[in-house]
Amino acid sequence: MENKRLTLFAGHYGSGKTNIAVNYAIKLASEGKKVCIADLDIVNPYFRTKDSEDELKANGIDLISPQYANTNVDLPALPAESYRLVQDRSVYGIMDIGGDDRGAYALGRFVDAIKAENNYSMAFVSNCYRPLTSTVDGAIEIMREIESACGLNFTCIVNNSNLGKITTPETVTDSFPYIEELCKKTGLPLWMHTAVKEVADKLTGVPVMAMTLQKKYFDIPDFPEV
Amino acid sequence: MAERILMKGNEAIAEAAIRAGCRHYFGYPITPQTEIAAYMAKKMPKIGGVFLQAESEIASINMVYGASAAGMRVMTSSSSPGISLKTEGLSYIAGSDVPALVVNVQRGGPGLGGIQPSQSDYFQATKGGGHGDYRMIVLAPASVQEMASLTIKGFDLADKYCMTSMILADGTIGQMMEPIVFEDEEPKTYEKPWALTGTECKRPHNIINSLYLKPEELEKKNFDRYEKYKLIEENEPMWEEYMMEDADICVVAFGIASRVAKNAVVTARSEGIKVGLIRPITLWPFPVAPISAAADKVKAFISVELNMGQMVEDIKLASQCKKPVMLCNRTGGMIPSPDQVLESIRKVEKGDN
Repeated sequence: MENKRLTLFAGHYGSGKTNIAVNYAIKLASEGKKVCIADLDIVNPYFRTKDSEDELKANGIDLISPQYANTNVDLPALPAESYRLVQDRSVYGIMDIGGDDRGAYALGRFVDAIKAENNYSMAFVSNCYRPLTSTVDGAIEIMREIESACGLNFTCIVNNSNLGKITTPETVTDSFPYIEELCKKTGLPLWMHTAVKEVADKLTGVPVMAMTLQKKYFDIPDFPEV
Repeated sequence: MAERILMKGNEAIAEAAIRAGCRHYFGYPITPQTEIAAYMAKKMPKIGGVFLQAESEIASINMVYGASAAGMRVMTSSSSPGISLKTEGLSYIAGSDVPALVVNVQRGGPGLGGIQPSQSDYFQATKGGGHGDYRMIVLAPASVQEMASLTIKGFDLADKYCMTSMILADGTIGQMMEPIVFEDEEPKTYEKPWALTGTECKRPHNIINSLYLKPEELEKKNFDRYEKYKLIEENEPMWEEYMMEDADICVVAFGIASRVAKNAVVTARSEGIKVGLIRPITLWPFPVAPISAAADKVKAFISVELNMGQMVEDIKLASQCKKPVMLCNRTGGMIPSPDQVLESIRKVEKGDN
């Protein structure tokens, strides 16, 4: 699939949107493109694009995020400069949308401009191991809720099916029938699969984006195996 | 078949509650526990349950009181400042001897504090919080899997003893995602002959009330309630012990702090330091027995907490102050690192407490 000027990642809470948006931004930048990423997640202040600020900067990527992100006065407000992303057509813009319909409301204000330019993809990030999207119908319900909240329709699907730290290549391949059915029922094409690098490297014959997960505010170790 | 799914701690609480037969959720949103309400809002209408976002925390806890009086399995959830608002209702629920499940996904305090994880509501949870002589059963999960299992356990204990069970979690476990498994188990049910279910003119009225104008009656209620609490202290403490058999130093930590502490214990053992961990799973009743037994063997305790050391006095009481209790802590939304805990262990090993 060709890279559109604007790429929007939306989906269910915890489906992996931010990690995918950040990794995709870095991938585009590494191809020599001028990239700008905007954090439109005003729903969950715990994990956000700004957590990867240093890495994005090091890759020459322009980051737009709420002014007080990652502080104790994190407000559900978007900065005015968010418009730069839709107005400056010389950059590749990436939008990281908040989870579910509630997160997608924030996108509404940009939709007229996005439609007018008509050079965008909006990817539904899917993880079939999440409880509310464990059935294809459950996923479609959330898709439709997001679409009606923001006023924009999805154009493709990204398969980010994973089980966190215990994800294996089989975890991903086991999700293929689900993803096929999701694509068939919605009529949308699969853009790519995504997985952490160690897993992605073992997946052959399918389009995969290998990811490095962003560092979190907290990184709690597992209980050691006894 | 039970399958692995990837869940946030908050979602695990909500799903576990539904599986435990809870069909009534009343709440008011606050970070970092909002996913509980969001999950309930999505699921309850589909299974004939009630999700209601009340006008305030105070309203929501009183809805819990009412639904419980009618015999329902019912819950609410909030985070620290919201729990403070609910404490009036918690006291009334205790005074009326009705069951309830209350979740506190703690954030930094006091006051409005912050939104990052904390364990600084330990006193509030274990020592009362509201007015009057009362207790709550307090359960401290340390993983997403335990968020689920202790929620189910919490409902059962609440019904068994007709009182509040509190899940005392924190923003980290609420927000973190881990793969978990739900066993296909039927929820336990308890007879509730005291519930307000309609007399159909066949029995005397049941009355749910916390008002007793005769002091003798109120005193008797309190004495009886404390007999029940004594039973709970004898029968319900839960804890995990790790490498305590030959330990010279005992680390005590609950919830998310215990994961950090356990990793430090493993590293210290590899350096030859004989250190073990006691992880209280119930904070009330506090696991007195293992701490008391450890007090005769170890040279010191180290309490690892995300607060200013609120559990230290319970360790001192349980150990009858036989050994010193050191504190290794962060607060205000910060989390101790395994290295910080390891440094505390090394210090105690060297004897410079």
